[in-house]
Amino acid sequence: MSTDKPKVATASLAGCFGCHMSILDIDDRILQLIDLVDFDKSPVDDIKEFTGRCAVGLIEGGCCNEENVRVLQDFRKHCDVLISLGECAICGGIPAMRNNVPLKECFDEAYRNGPSVHNPSGEYPSDPEIPLLLNKVYPCHEVVKMDYHLQGCPPPADTIWAALTALLTDKPVELPYELIKYD
Amino acid sequence: MMSDRITFTIDGVEVQADPGQTILQAADAAGVYIPRLCAHKELNPFGACRICTVMVNGRPQAACTTPAANGMIIENETEELTDNRRSIVEMLFVEGNHYCMYCEKSGNCELQAMAYRLSIMVPRHPYQFPDKDIDGSHPDIMIDRNRCILCARCVRASRDLDDKNVFQFVGRGKEKKVWINSEAKLSDTDMDVTDKATDICPVGAIIKKRTGYEIPIGQRAYDHKPIGSDIEEAKATAESN
Repeated sequence: MSTDKPKVATASLAGCFGCHMSILDIDDRILQLIDLVDFDKSPVDDIKEFTGRCAVGLIEGGCCNEENVRVLQDFRKHCDVLISLGECAICGGIPAMRNNVPLKECFDEAYRNGPSVHNPSGEYPSDPEIPLLLNKVYPCHEVVKMDYHLQGCPPPADTIWAALTALLTDKPVELPYELIKYD
Repeated sequence: MMSDRITFTIDGVEVQADPGQTILQAADAAGVYIPRLCAHKELNPFGACRICTVMVNGRPQAACTTPAANGMIIENETEELTDNRRSIVEMLFVEGNHYCMYCEKSGNCELQAMAYRLSIMVPRHPYQFPDKDIDGSHPDIMIDRNRCILCARCVRASRDLDDKNVFQFVGRGKEKKVWINSEAKLSDTDMDVTDKATDICPVGAIIKKRTGYEIPIGQRAYDHKPIGSDIEEAKATAESN
């Protein structure tokens, strides 16, 4: 099973899995991709822990809680090249819309005052299994060093393909105008 | 023989100007694109965004406000100037809340298009996530100050083209914002959806209601060609004729 192929790992932090859908959207080129690489820790193959050093790590979503930060730091430790995939990883995206609302107000709206909330005790969920929220949502590059940023919501499959194949064949990542899109 | 044409160079290419023309106007006519956000053909020069800054005889000057003069040696597309422009655009992105993914202006936005043209993949400055106001009081027009880049196009258009003076800046530094000439709401002004000021916003800060997402992705202004292509192509066409 073990090969000399470089490994790729992916993670979805505070994202919607849309960027991962866009990875799958490379369609039958995924057959060429698995000739080039093995997938390591990733929701694509459901491997939960790193099995070794990875050439490329793709990160979807920013950091909204302490678990996101730990996963991101783990990826930085295991990946030679780490890529922010999509708007949420790059600028926080939709989850970052809470960044100009104080955290307590967010909690009160979600667990006390929201129109559909039934919570007579008024307690916030505090199970140790639930990761603690950060004061705001952080873009990945404000937490660890990120090497590349692929823009888009989600980045087009062609953008992901162009960047991955360039990196895996030791060529510079040069995206044409039409593959740089913020929406 | 005397000629009142002014001659100067941009990146080594000879450009001619009429007396009174700014560097930017002369460059446009010559098919040389100097990136800009606050400058607009129908408006007087203002010099708000500084993206059009070029080196004039070795000194930085805003091309939109500096009159062309004989013998000027102008640098436009240098590595340093391009990086300065990137930095300004990056600052505009982090100082507002620019969520391109759901913005009605996406694809037709000049700020976004400028970032595309400059190949910006991530801002070097930390995101500020500032708290900004939205004014949806007007029946046909909305103001979303999250997206405002303080270019003053609406201020100038309303005052000089519409003769209404609906907009003005208030505050200083990071508190500066475009405000309206009434107690509180846009609906209390005589702003009308047919005003020049409605359409002139380069970003999605002033938008017409019920027109969002009308143009499909792939057919929007900057989907296939970088901003400034029209100016550069006019020159290419003229040369091939």
